[in-house]
Amino acid sequence: MSFSHRLGRLIFVLLFMVIGCAPKAPEKKITVWHWMNDRKEAFETLAKKYEELTGIPVKFKLFFPPDIYAQKVIAAARAGNLPEVFGILGEKKMLASFINAGHILDLTDYMQENSREWERQFYPKTLAVTSFKKANTYQIPQGIYGVPIDTTVMEFLYNKTLFRKAGLNPEQPPKTFQDFIYLAKRVQKATKEAGFVCGWGEGWLLNALATEWAINLMGERKFYKTIKGEVSYTDPDWIKVFSLFSQLKDSNILISDITTLINKESEDLFSQGKAAFSFNGSWSVNVYKQLAPDLEFAFFPLPSVSKRFPAKIWGGAGSSFMISAKSPNLKEAVDFLKWLTAQEQQSFLVKETNNLPAVKGCEEILPPILAMLLDDFDILTHPNTWPDNEDTRVLEIMNQGLQQIVMGSKTAQEVAREIQEVKERVCAR
Amino acid sequence: MYYRAKKIITLILLHTFLISVALSCIFPFMWMINSSLKTETEFRADHGLVMSKRISLENYKQALLGERLWAYFFNSVFYTAITVFFIVIISSLAAYGFSRLDFPGKNIVFFMFLAAMMIPLPAGFVPLYVLLNKIHLVNRTGYVLAMTNMGLSLSIYLLKTFFDQLPHDLEDAARIDGCGRIRIWWNVCLPLVAPALAVVIIFNALNVWNEFVLASLMFTENNLMPLQVGLMEVYNRNIIQHTLIMASLTIGAVPIILLYLRMQKQFIKGLTAGAVVG
Amino acid sequence: MKIDALTRTEQFKNFSFVLPAFIIFSVFYIYPFFYTFVLSFHKYDFISESKFIGWANFKEVIFYGKHWWNTVYNGAFITFWALTFQNILAFTLALGVDKATRTGKFYRVIFFLLPVLSEIIIGLLMREFLLSNPGIFNKLLDKLNLSFIAQDWLGRDRALLTAALVHCWKGFGWAFVILLAGLQTIPEQLYEAARIDGASAWQTFLKVTVPLLMPVIALVLVLTILGTMQAFAMILALTRGTGGITEVPVMLIYNHLRGRQVGLACAEGVILGIILIAVSFTMLYISKQIRRRWGVLPR
Repeated sequence: MSFSHRLGRLIFVLLFMVIGCAPKAPEKKITVWHWMNDRKEAFETLAKKYEELTGIPVKFKLFFPPDIYAQKVIAAARAGNLPEVFGILGEKKMLASFINAGHILDLTDYMQENSREWERQFYPKTLAVTSFKKANTYQIPQGIYGVPIDTTVMEFLYNKTLFRKAGLNPEQPPKTFQDFIYLAKRVQKATKEAGFVCGWGEGWLLNALATEWAINLMGERKFYKTIKGEVSYTDPDWIKVFSLFSQLKDSNILISDITTLINKESEDLFSQGKAAFSFNGSWSVNVYKQLAPDLEFAFFPLPSVSKRFPAKIWGGAGSSFMISAKSPNLKEAVDFLKWLTAQEQQSFLVKETNNLPAVKGCEEILPPILAMLLDDFDILTHPNTWPDNEDTRVLEIMNQGLQQIVMGSKTAQEVAREIQEVKERVCAR
Repeated sequence: MYYRAKKIITLILLHTFLISVALSCIFPFMWMINSSLKTETEFRADHGLVMSKRISLENYKQALLGERLWAYFFNSVFYTAITVFFIVIISSLAAYGFSRLDFPGKNIVFFMFLAAMMIPLPAGFVPLYVLLNKIHLVNRTGYVLAMTNMGLSLSIYLLKTFFDQLPHDLEDAARIDGCGRIRIWWNVCLPLVAPALAVVIIFNALNVWNEFVLASLMFTENNLMPLQVGLMEVYNRNIIQHTLIMASLTIGAVPIILLYLRMQKQFIKGLTAGAVVG
Repeated sequence: MKIDALTRTEQFKNFSFVLPAFIIFSVFYIYPFFYTFVLSFHKYDFISESKFIGWANFKEVIFYGKHWWNTVYNGAFITFWALTFQNILAFTLALGVDKATRTGKFYRVIFFLLPVLSEIIIGLLMREFLLSNPGIFNKLLDKLNLSFIAQDWLGRDRALLTAALVHCWKGFGWAFVILLAGLQTIPEQLYEAARIDGASAWQTFLKVTVPLLMPVIALVLVLTILGTMQAFAMILALTRGTGGITEVPVMLIYNHLRGRQVGLACAEGVILGIILIAVSFTMLYISKQIRRRWGVLPR
């Protein structure tokens, strides 16, 4: 194998030299790397359409699972062979280091030409996820660095059939946290199915929920101050946030093994009607459609825990594409992404994959289940849009702490203290 | 009479105990195979705890073709075969060198291989991954070379102890006949250590076949991934289809089980080789 | 002069037998070995340039690494069960098989089946088996009238014990085979002699079997520690960490590498390596002392 491999490489190098010697204009083509398994066919259809339209061939290359994709992009960045268009998986820090290393094109000028024509198409909260504000902590020049191709919202869901079975009004989801627990218990008692299921083996799902409740309870300003280190995690408000999870645990509404379930398992269980409520992203509409087409369910906003501050919903650009700054086909790539985020193509993607669009104007064709989420587009919040991001080590310990609260092996106070310990150490640096 | 009765009762009790432990080992696999032959609806009704009357091979078709398990499977066969081939050639050459040939620094080099066997390197995959990334040797070549290295020390040690026990007469005779070093190694000595080679082959083959950590890090192309990573993938993609997962696991397990049943002696020797050395 | 040159080419020809092994070994073992130490003093994330930060990674792990020490505790917990439960079970089975059938081929074949299979297969299979939904194992317990044991095997604090037991289940066959091989090397005459001396079964066990088997037992113990503290893939497949409850050291290292905290991962690897070396040397020392005290000659 090694030999054939080397031979292959040699031939490749020779070919490259031959082609490289010939004075020839670079070929106009666009390669896109992505990890979106559910959109594979839809993308390919669009690629074909674009080639017919412009004569420029577009090749979508899928790398799945996302872990593999993330590695692939890093390896390609190191080797200097990133494709024209690619996405970045991971926190904002990762995006920042790619920009700092000069891999990603600043799209601000393209977005803002013709009096912000392209920029104005997007939902502002969606586009904010791939933008950097002035004087950000990552020392990235202010600008827009990515093109969102959908919007994702993290919301609560409930199973209408189970509601009906329990004699509840299926059009009245809970509004407050107490309501939520009460209804979950009612359904559980009447149907013998669990009250709530979620993929809490994946810590970030707990984290997203904790963030929503924290902002609802203490307001955005205090939340940001905590990240800055000006408010302690042992603050009574934070302890209240953490104890929400011990209340969930004590009310016995959580499905068994919840802290080892990954999101897919949780989706499977919810689609089977094994739980009344779940907490999941808007992508799940497509998942449930495939798993159980007859499942009657709906989203509802965060069960509120306080009236003092407005609730915020975790959401923003679900997936975005970036353009490689070193590509010879910059202009073509920009044109292609402009086309991809035009209303017609976005509508096509909505229809094919049941994702929320990134641009305005597709509202009419949205299925009702997705249309109800549009109301929340003004109250979206996403770590990428915050002035500061929490350190990975703090997040690590927080996610684990929350899981342990849910398991009942730690109290809210203990977890708060542990998080604060780590936080202080990180801040001391 | 009393002693015999006592002995028989002890034997019965002993065998009951042994058989119950043996059952606990086998039961999950029988359940796995049984479930894999059911449809998803049947499985959701009886959870695979009832013998199926109808046998459905649909899951196997779906796993092999739909989930491309055949590709993962053959990737694994390929990596295993190549790696084991490299290890056998390289380690038997080296072992012969250490055992019979002289060169300066021999003891130091041999000691190095020994030390590598003794020092646990629990995060060895980290620098290895960083290194291979830096020299752009991820995917196949890097993986095969890294796995070859992993098997070298132990194989060299095992083969060297065997070479050391061989009488010198045959080689002397061959040398008088005018054979060179390479021919003596290949024609005279290697056939004599065939039993040790079998152990080396099995030990390394299982090692490569069952390896997960490095494989899960290294491969950036889905169609190059070996079986263990593939199984994890199939599981993550198809959590909802239990019978499909069971069929995939069966495909992963049964060939090894059959091979093991045919060659248990070599398997047991191969897998306890690490222990024998220590 | 001529002879000298000849021997030098001869020597090189001889060395060339070892050369391929030496090259691969240098690139893929020796270099990474030292590279671990280098990296552990750096901050590196694959994209930015690596930065020397001195002892910061080690300080982080040793003094503030509650998370890290928690994984070490989990590893030690599983190791404790492997050392006691797994090895006692294996020893009992080996004694039983040795007594019941002299060769024990049938049992050996079955018990050794699990060590042959991969950690991923065992882990995924047991996950399917143990998860509360649909709850196969619990249903099985129900059928056997043992429903009082039924519970959440993977989702609660107990998940660590579950992981330990599955680990033991997978591993006991291996210890069994080694111990059985050890038992079968004890000559029949020694038992014969003990019986003639009027020793009871228990006395024979203590005075003949255990001392003669001591080297093998020590070996099994050391290898159990080394193997279990580095276990990872099975637990990943089985529980995926369960919120740190079943997170083991190598899993954390792996996750840190995945999270591109390369320096930290290396520092953790170095520390775990040192712990393992220290523990296994202590074990070997203790077993030597025991052998000396019990009046058995060293091997």
